[in-house]
Amino acid sequence: MTTRIDTRLADLHKQGRAAFVTFLMAGDPDPATSLAIIKALPQAGADIIEIGMPFTDPMADGPAIQAAGLRALKGGMTLHKTLDLVRGFRKGDDATPIVLMGYYNPIYIYGVEAFLADAKTAGVDGLIIVDLPPEEDDELCLPAMKAGLNFIRLATPTTDDKRLPAVLANTSGFVYYVSITGITGSAAANATQVGEAVARIKRHTSLPVCVGFGIRTPDMARDIARAADGAVVGTALVDALAKSLNAEGRATPSTVKAVADLTAALAQGVRGAAQAAE
Amino acid sequence: MNSRPNSFRSGPDERGHFGMFGGRFVAETLMPLILDLEKAYAEAKADPAFQREMNGYLKDYVGRPSPLYFAQRLTEHLGGAKIYLKREELNHTGSHKVNNVLGQIMVARRMGKKRIIAETGAGQHGVATATLCARFGLDCVVYMGAVDVARQEPNVIRMEMLGAKVVPVQSGTRTLKDAMNEALRDWVTNVHDTFYCIGTVAGPHPYPMMVRDFQSIIGHETRAQMMEAEGRLPDSLIACIGGGSNAMGLFHPFLDDPSVEIFGVEAAGHGLDKLHAASLTGGRPGVLHGNRTYLLMDADGQIQDAHSISAGLDYPGIGPEHSWLHETGRVTYLSATDEEALAAFQLLSRLEGIIPALESAHAIARVIELAPKRPSDHLMVVNLSGRGDKDVPQVGDILKGRKAK
Ligand SMILES: Cc1ncc(COP(=O)(O)O)c(C=O)c1O
Repeated sequence: MTTRIDTRLADLHKQGRAAFVTFLMAGDPDPATSLAIIKALPQAGADIIEIGMPFTDPMADGPAIQAAGLRALKGGMTLHKTLDLVRGFRKGDDATPIVLMGYYNPIYIYGVEAFLADAKTAGVDGLIIVDLPPEEDDELCLPAMKAGLNFIRLATPTTDDKRLPAVLANTSGFVYYVSITGITGSAAANATQVGEAVARIKRHTSLPVCVGFGIRTPDMARDIARAADGAVVGTALVDALAKSLNAEGRATPSTVKAVADLTAALAQGVRGAAQAAE
Repeated sequence: MNSRPNSFRSGPDERGHFGMFGGRFVAETLMPLILDLEKAYAEAKADPAFQREMNGYLKDYVGRPSPLYFAQRLTEHLGGAKIYLKREELNHTGSHKVNNVLGQIMVARRMGKKRIIAETGAGQHGVATATLCARFGLDCVVYMGAVDVARQEPNVIRMEMLGAKVVPVQSGTRTLKDAMNEALRDWVTNVHDTFYCIGTVAGPHPYPMMVRDFQSIIGHETRAQMMEAEGRLPDSLIACIGGGSNAMGLFHPFLDDPSVEIFGVEAAGHGLDKLHAASLTGGRPGVLHGNRTYLLMDADGQIQDAHSISAGLDYPGIGPEHSWLHETGRVTYLSATDEEALAAFQLLSRLEGIIPALESAHAIARVIELAPKRPSDHLMVVNLSGRGDKDVPQVGDILKGRKAK
């Protein structure tokens, strides 16, 4: 099975540059604005789009992404509507990979088989589920692989060489290296440490390794893009979105542009890594 | 249920499952530590020196065994079953929570951890954790929902006096579940030097099993004490349920004694058709805080706000082993409303001179209903999980407000 993720990362590898991966919360701050933002991302330079599935109890997320999830839920977002969002995006873009990221309970309640079938037809390519370690692969990882979706695992600084093979065993698409022990929105690790960690993971797998948590600026994105196959930015984009909202937390005419502009600047940073490397 | 297991006491399996419940639903960052903990706990459990040291502290520091007390006036008042109170409220720090905290702190010491974090609802688990951290010279940070900080102020003051840092949690509903989220976030961040001391039989494996084991001393003592007092086993057991640790501790040693009826009492808050915290009665299976269990949630799998007058029961989930005991039918789960708990709180205070914790008052509330329906030779044990000192300001305000009207 080849997904849009595999194709996109292979293409970028041929071009000699790292992927720029964006994260935003589905339905933040409302479904229509969220769709407009996600539609604007590829044009602004996003290579892979991660979409958060809102959950009331995001125990691995910092305040910014917690608040994004609550805004979305307050706006009536559900997992069904998140899949609608993906369908809406796919009407105009059949190439940019979409990864859904979140926590297991909403999927479990949706029903694993039904969710996987609906996600696949909606145009989802991969899943990152924070609270499903390899020890729970029977729950969703193995069924997702069977359904033709990538199950992308998080590797962390605590995932030592002894444990890496178990973490990598059923991972596909790419490996998401979380550069720090911590929640989203924490400070980043430096590029040297990240480079060493990526090299360590690559000794165990031929999969691309994308790195996230703590990347906020084009310069940081460039440094990480030099050390890895992709750089993921979430909290900084969510912050830019949040700052554009009015006092009631609603979208303003500048909301889509605020996110697109930062996306473009970060994408420049990632692309700059390839030129600098030449 | 279809197939009855040979034993109700053999769980969990090696992956932490009680039937379909339990498991290890945590972020990868925590997984290596959870595996280490599982190993460290297994070693400690098998080490006679560990058991000896723990028994020493249980006796001389906690003050165990806690008495099994015949509540004569309550029995006469209700006119039915002979009611015994298991006096966990007499433990040092005022509740059953200390049994578990002592065990976990000793495991943390074996693992070389110097920083302890905990979540707390009523503050009893926080106080017990702060106490043992003081005793063993460990750093202590307690996460507590901002709503609970306000309604359980005496315990906040106690924790601070004991040298702990209390962090009021402002996220979500600002109660116990959010305190647990925040503790998990701290743990993910400080995993290298930090031990998470969970206060109930919930969380990822091995916590539900480990906490149950440490609390089972309640049931083991009860068994021996009842044999001594009456020459036979009790006929029924009753305990309140937040996450379910005091209940699991009392129940577990009796699960394979079919003559013993067992009742857990959840918090029905304003009523089961309104806001409440009765996960088994009003919820369904889902995944939260590291395990699969019954949860209060909406059709989209979003966790719903729980409500109880009692901060220690105000949680939208329940330990996974209880979910399994519920589905197998071994334990019967009932509930008590805020009003019933308040009435029971006052009744026990007046009749026995024992002010119970509001949590424990939920169990007493169901005793008030069940005891009169049982014959006078029926032996009923209720777990008096904690004392009500922490609730005196809150209950005092409620009663004063009513008199004023
Ligand atoms: C006195 C007392 N009883 C019961 C509980 C509920 O917890 P559990 O169900 O784990 O025993 C608490 C929790 O704070 C408590 O303080």
